[in-house]
Amino acid sequence: MAPDGTARPALSTRPAIKGRSPGVSSLERLARRRSSIAFLMTLPLILVIAGLVAYPAAWAIYLSTLNRRMTANIGFENYLILLDSETFRMIIWQSCFFALTAVFLKALIGFWLAHMLHNIPTKGQRKWRGMLLIPWVIPPALSTLGWWWMFDPSYSSINWIINVFGFPSIPWLGTPWWARIAVITVNVWYGAPFFMIMYLAALKSVPEQLYEAAAIDGATSWQRLRFITLPMMQNIISITVLFSLIVTFANYDIVRVLTNGGPRDTTHLFATYAFQVGILSANLPRGAAVSLFMLPILAVAAYFILRGVTRRTKEIA
Amino acid sequence: MAQVSLRRIVKEYEGQVQAVKGIDLDIEDEEFVVLVGPSGCGKSTTLRMIAGLEEITSGEIAIGGEVVNDIPPRDRDIAMVFQNYALYPHMSVYDNISFGLKLRKFSREEIKRRVDNAARILGIGELLERKPKALSGGQRQRVAMGRAIVRDPKVFLFDEPLSNLDAKLRVQMRTEIKQVHQTVRTTTVYVTHDQVEAMTLADRVVVMNHGIIEQVGPPNELYRNPATIFVAGFIGSPAMNMIPATLTQAAGALSVQLGDGLSVPVPEERTARYAPHANKDLLFGIRPEHLTEATRIDKQNLAPLTVKLDVIEPMGMETLVHFHINGTSVCGRVDPAAGAVAGTMMPLAAHMEHMHLIDKTSGKVL
Repeated sequence: MAPDGTARPALSTRPAIKGRSPGVSSLERLARRRSSIAFLMTLPLILVIAGLVAYPAAWAIYLSTLNRRMTANIGFENYLILLDSETFRMIIWQSCFFALTAVFLKALIGFWLAHMLHNIPTKGQRKWRGMLLIPWVIPPALSTLGWWWMFDPSYSSINWIINVFGFPSIPWLGTPWWARIAVITVNVWYGAPFFMIMYLAALKSVPEQLYEAAAIDGATSWQRLRFITLPMMQNIISITVLFSLIVTFANYDIVRVLTNGGPRDTTHLFATYAFQVGILSANLPRGAAVSLFMLPILAVAAYFILRGVTRRTKEIA
Repeated sequence: MAQVSLRRIVKEYEGQVQAVKGIDLDIEDEEFVVLVGPSGCGKSTTLRMIAGLEEITSGEIAIGGEVVNDIPPRDRDIAMVFQNYALYPHMSVYDNISFGLKLRKFSREEIKRRVDNAARILGIGELLERKPKALSGGQRQRVAMGRAIVRDPKVFLFDEPLSNLDAKLRVQMRTEIKQVHQTVRTTTVYVTHDQVEAMTLADRVVVMNHGIIEQVGPPNELYRNPATIFVAGFIGSPAMNMIPATLTQAAGALSVQLGDGLSVPVPEERTARYAPHANKDLLFGIRPEHLTEATRIDKQNLAPLTVKLDVIEPMGMETLVHFHINGTSVCGRVDPAAGAVAGTMMPLAAHMEHMHLIDKTSGKVL
């Protein structure tokens, strides 16, 4: 690109664009600029993002400031009412507990699985990788239905196994804490393979010679994991955790199928509660306010995680 | 400090590929030994077996008199410098160098003392806080050496440490490696495919080919008296000329028939050695510096050869002349003032006291 923003003569068939030659309109010149072409080529994507992300987000913010009948703007009233509600405060706590616990367990189990897989010879690795990915590729609404049967009070296969060992049946979906554990279990079962596959890719990208150097430096296998593997994977771990945190916070289908928020709202998350308030109770503005509560929490998490990623990328890559 | 000894070392990979075919080698305390050979000759595998990074299929490796076959790398008390340095990218230079000491639970003061000492030897004192990403190739190389030096191990192992550097830096680092060895006097095993590196660094050079040791000896010994056709061709640049020839005997004197009507007399003192091979098809080996312009008449055993020059390559301090004898390309080294011109005939002289005769079938130098 020349300093004046016009394309270089070599790129153009007409040398006339250099100056203000007659016959070349300013519109034509604008269209020939590289930046204009780049903009035009990305325009479809910009429109899609604007239509499917920016517009709904802006609309949700606007909606959350309306009254129930959507006839008057009541400012932050919906948010204040929500914060005043004991149920909603419990849901904030629940969502955070659910997301943090589930993401932590997914990260842990995913890391363990990835490590196991990484140490299997390449030949056998593919079939194990395929099998371990199954939970992640089944639509969660369907697989959760399967889990729902396993947690069913009358026919629970899990309880049957527990009974075999002489322990009493557990009311999985009937009491708050067991229901929370059940929801987290299903979410971990569904999400751990994603962590596994991300970590596996990261593990494969750590140069073998670093392990060899560490072995010669005197590191045990635990020390190699602690001082080489984990720091080398830190960026992938951070990004996967952030991504999973967003998806887990916004989880809807598992809770909806398994407990529908019950018993007594003790398994509701932001998304399921937003649906209950907005759609089932027909209070769209307040439902919008519920879902918008996720935004600041995730924004803070994203800021800190991405800041770390950027810093490490600058130092290492 | 320690000796390293290899006894009948074999390395076999799955699929029956033998990378190393039963080698024996004794490396003395404080010695600098270079394993040299073309790619795939088994030199790196041998080094990695000494390090414990590769299992030994059979044989025995001892470091400081102790058999280390079943001892993991961390307990062998060795330090290794890798081809691509293998610096930990998330650690500062200081942490990279001190990592091995920290794992071995050295005190903070001792670690600092040793790192500072290594940094002083290698001139990297200013770089200690940097991450490897912010270092140049030569600096990374120094850090990798620092990591080895601080450990004060029994043996240093170098796996082609200069291959990733540009030509100028390679020469500079070569000198530095030699200086470091002269300072710390640790037994060193160094692997390279570059025969110049091998010649300049080594107390003894081990030439390997196809998983076996072709010859072991001091650099000059290998250069002057190669044992096999491989060593003769591998050591020295430009390589030794090898011209198909026949050894003939007439009136008690031997001469080498090179074809194209050219023949050179064998020096008297070698007659007894070569006589049993008369009338055999052999290879006549002579290094380029022993094919010079004919005007150096002050020496004995000069055999005149007049040849038509194909190509001349002025190198500054000397001029390389290329010509053909009986279809074989041959290189000589003449004085720049000798007036070599491509396409003209030039009288050259072969310094026969430096000649070699090689048995084609056994590959041995006679």
